[in-house]
Amino acid sequence: MTNTEARLDQIRGPVPPRPHNARTIAALTSNPACVRRAILDAAGVDKARLAAALGFAAPFGQSRFAITRGNAFEQQVKANGCAELLRLLREQLQLPIPEVSYDDLDEVAGNPSLPVRHARTRQLLTRAADSGDDAGTLFDHPLLCLEVGGRLAYLEPDLIAFRLRGKFHVVEIKSFAAIDGQADPDKVAAAAIQAAVYVLALRQLLAESGHAADLVADEVFLVCPENFSNRPTAARLDVRKQLTVLRRQLSRLTLIAYLVEAMPDVTLDLEPDDTGVPGRPSAELAEVLSLMPARYMPECLASCEMCRFCRAEGRAETATLGRAVREDLGGVEYVETALQLASGELAPPAGLQDATALLRTAARLRLEGLAPPESLVEPQSLAAPESREATA
Amino acid sequence: MSTLTALAKAAAWSAGTAQPLALVRHVHLAERPLVFVPLALAGEANAPLAAMVGDDPDSPRLLVVSQPRNRDQRFAFAAELADVVVPYIEGFCSATEDVPASRDETRPRFLNAPQLVVPNLAGMGFVRLLGRSTRFRRTTGEFAVAPSVPVLGRWLTYLAERAEHPGSCMLLAATEALSRHWASGQSAMEDLNLAALVGWIDPPPGLTGAEAAEAAEDPVLSPPAGPATDPGFDNEVLEPLIEANGRADGDAALARSRAALERALSGQLLPTWRLVWRALNLLSALPEGGSVARRWDIDRDSFTAYYTYLRDTGLPQPRRDGAVAAARRLDWMERAQATYAAQQAFDDPLAMAEYRMAGEAFAGVVVKAEPERLDDSGKRRRLRPHIMVETADPVTVEKGTVLAAVRRPGQSARVVSVLAESDETASAEGDAEPDGVVRVVLELSGGMGRSLTAAPGSVPEVGEWLCYSSLAVDYQRPWDLPPAEETPWTHGGPPQPYVPADEDAVEEWS
Repeated sequence: MTNTEARLDQIRGPVPPRPHNARTIAALTSNPACVRRAILDAAGVDKARLAAALGFAAPFGQSRFAITRGNAFEQQVKANGCAELLRLLREQLQLPIPEVSYDDLDEVAGNPSLPVRHARTRQLLTRAADSGDDAGTLFDHPLLCLEVGGRLAYLEPDLIAFRLRGKFHVVEIKSFAAIDGQADPDKVAAAAIQAAVYVLALRQLLAESGHAADLVADEVFLVCPENFSNRPTAARLDVRKQLTVLRRQLSRLTLIAYLVEAMPDVTLDLEPDDTGVPGRPSAELAEVLSLMPARYMPECLASCEMCRFCRAEGRAETATLGRAVREDLGGVEYVETALQLASGELAPPAGLQDATALLRTAARLRLEGLAPPESLVEPQSLAAPESREATA
Repeated sequence: MSTLTALAKAAAWSAGTAQPLALVRHVHLAERPLVFVPLALAGEANAPLAAMVGDDPDSPRLLVVSQPRNRDQRFAFAAELADVVVPYIEGFCSATEDVPASRDETRPRFLNAPQLVVPNLAGMGFVRLLGRSTRFRRTTGEFAVAPSVPVLGRWLTYLAERAEHPGSCMLLAATEALSRHWASGQSAMEDLNLAALVGWIDPPPGLTGAEAAEAAEDPVLSPPAGPATDPGFDNEVLEPLIEANGRADGDAALARSRAALERALSGQLLPTWRLVWRALNLLSALPEGGSVARRWDIDRDSFTAYYTYLRDTGLPQPRRDGAVAAARRLDWMERAQATYAAQQAFDDPLAMAEYRMAGEAFAGVVVKAEPERLDDSGKRRRLRPHIMVETADPVTVEKGTVLAAVRRPGQSARVVSVLAESDETASAEGDAEPDGVVRVVLELSGGMGRSLTAAPGSVPEVGEWLCYSSLAVDYQRPWDLPPAEETPWTHGGPPQPYVPADEDAVEEWS
């Protein structure tokens, strides 16, 4: 065990690490500069429990209705050896799929353990890559692996790895609807980045047996319900951009060693009692967290379990009002500072002269807007507008 | 977002209460709006779960779908909703006035128009999708629905499309209307929460806006404004109730389980219902902007035209616009946006401040005036007074630009020269005050009477405070677009006329 891993284990305390999944890896890209999140994720800390222990429970949960519908849709698409999916790929995306074999990698001879399943996935996919013939093959429940912050994370794509025109493709099944050819753009973006995680993992797996990265297509297939029905429809998604972002993010995570080494000997152990109720005072936990600088922004509210704690902690910062507000306030870090610069109470520090000038103009215009100045003379009654020219 | 809005947000944060972003109300408020608070079942494509609807704050009508995955119950919900919405809308389709259509023709226009108010943008999305899922339905044959359902679909689609037009007020989202008029001390993302936003603007006694907003984030105290429900409510309350209803055997048991479901959903909807009405009250306390009635006229025009179209053809809106229709719509919206922005600035000094900040407008005091100045460079002498306005605003207008003053709309002012004080004193260090004084000389024309002497009061006097801008609220010519049947091949050629297909009418909704 390396020194960094030991330190991360210590930070997490004596509980098993929370494994990464595609969703959490994708979330890494939404706020890459947040050291707190980087360390907590690398250590596998259960952020939801930590946030609850701090008194700032995460504002999201998942409705069972949504889960049920998601599972039902996935089963429907995969039923009968993915018959429905094949029809879509042939008819809607005009892919030549002459013949298909279907491999379910859910368990290996009744053994559902992750390393065993992963080994089986590797074996089958490598064999398919080596064989080089164009026969379509579907792999259901494959188990991939990706190193995240020095730790292996097992990833389970909905359904993937599908040999087509000499390439593997990732298929992502989502239960949000595409209505008249349009789906919720936020949800599509989230699906694209998750699919990119799988593409990356698949490329690594094949690279280990000496195959080129482009054996895995950077185009993935998104399958979702059409209009208001349960009927699936398919679309191609280009995830090249997402791959770039992810690669950059994951390479940054390997620098976690430097972040952790700079920290004193601390732990976020919740010290649960026999019933699992955390016994650690929240003030102590907050103190430990203060050693890991957070970079809160309102978007965290949608993706990070720690968001409410970080928001409360960063209350006084302009960033809590949103990135755009911070920029419009000239990048000034604290709300009160921005207000004092604007009102003239505070002289502009070096480097903030231009920003201050802008803030002061804005402050003056806002005051004048709220209470427009009186004229020094009483304006006389206005003549009716006359369109004709006066000529002589 | 702009520095002015950002500053207002910062001030709101510091004061603990929302700060005004407008001195007047820029939205029309109907005398009798129809408030609609929908809830959808999680995970499904716009499957209605429940709704509160009505035009009386004291007696909302509660609609509940006890088995949201059941197709027939969904259409029963749509029919019930139609029973409220369609008569409400058609109630405006009788009394008309005649307005000029061309030189010597008039056309009728309904005296009033409907106004649907939903809690938030997601609620607008629900209206759009409910319109989409019901407008193609047939009232006969297989999968027949109640006759009012496709009519509801057409109207909801119309209202949702209309809401995209800048300045239109026939479908309002309470959060959008509030955040146009007040800056809260939280982020734009948090402003999407109606309860939190109202908390900032009008906190209950004893609480600051920040505290009220924080309390509003607890889904138990303050259920989400929908259409998405709180997952905790789904898992702990809703799912057991829906299951119990599915299992209920016999009329009495069914009625009991349905009553329990209605109570639970009513508890989720009622707080939002009250908030929407509170939002309308807060807005109505602001004086109406000068151009609001003119924009409502345009809404009434559009409403009248759509009513006539629907009566004459009865066809639902197509799934997608053709090329010409789409271009026309875009052009219309661009012009509406420009007009709306300019009208707000003319109505509201706080809106004008944005243009002053950007240098497209400036305000100041007249320091010099030559009201008798004549221009004798041409054949005829013309009255062209000059005035000099001194301003501290960051002026970017250039020589030759034609401006107009907010208070003197009939008079145009051409910029003769712009002189910054630092130009005159030419400070050696070059560190001029950021808000250095600028003197703008303007040549006036129009609005001064016919003679060579200006009518009294028609030329601004020394000491008068004025705001000049280059904003135009004038009519702009629409693009010249070919009729749909002459759509060029570059745009796919003439579109097939839209005929509702069987496929549309029997589309699954599951």
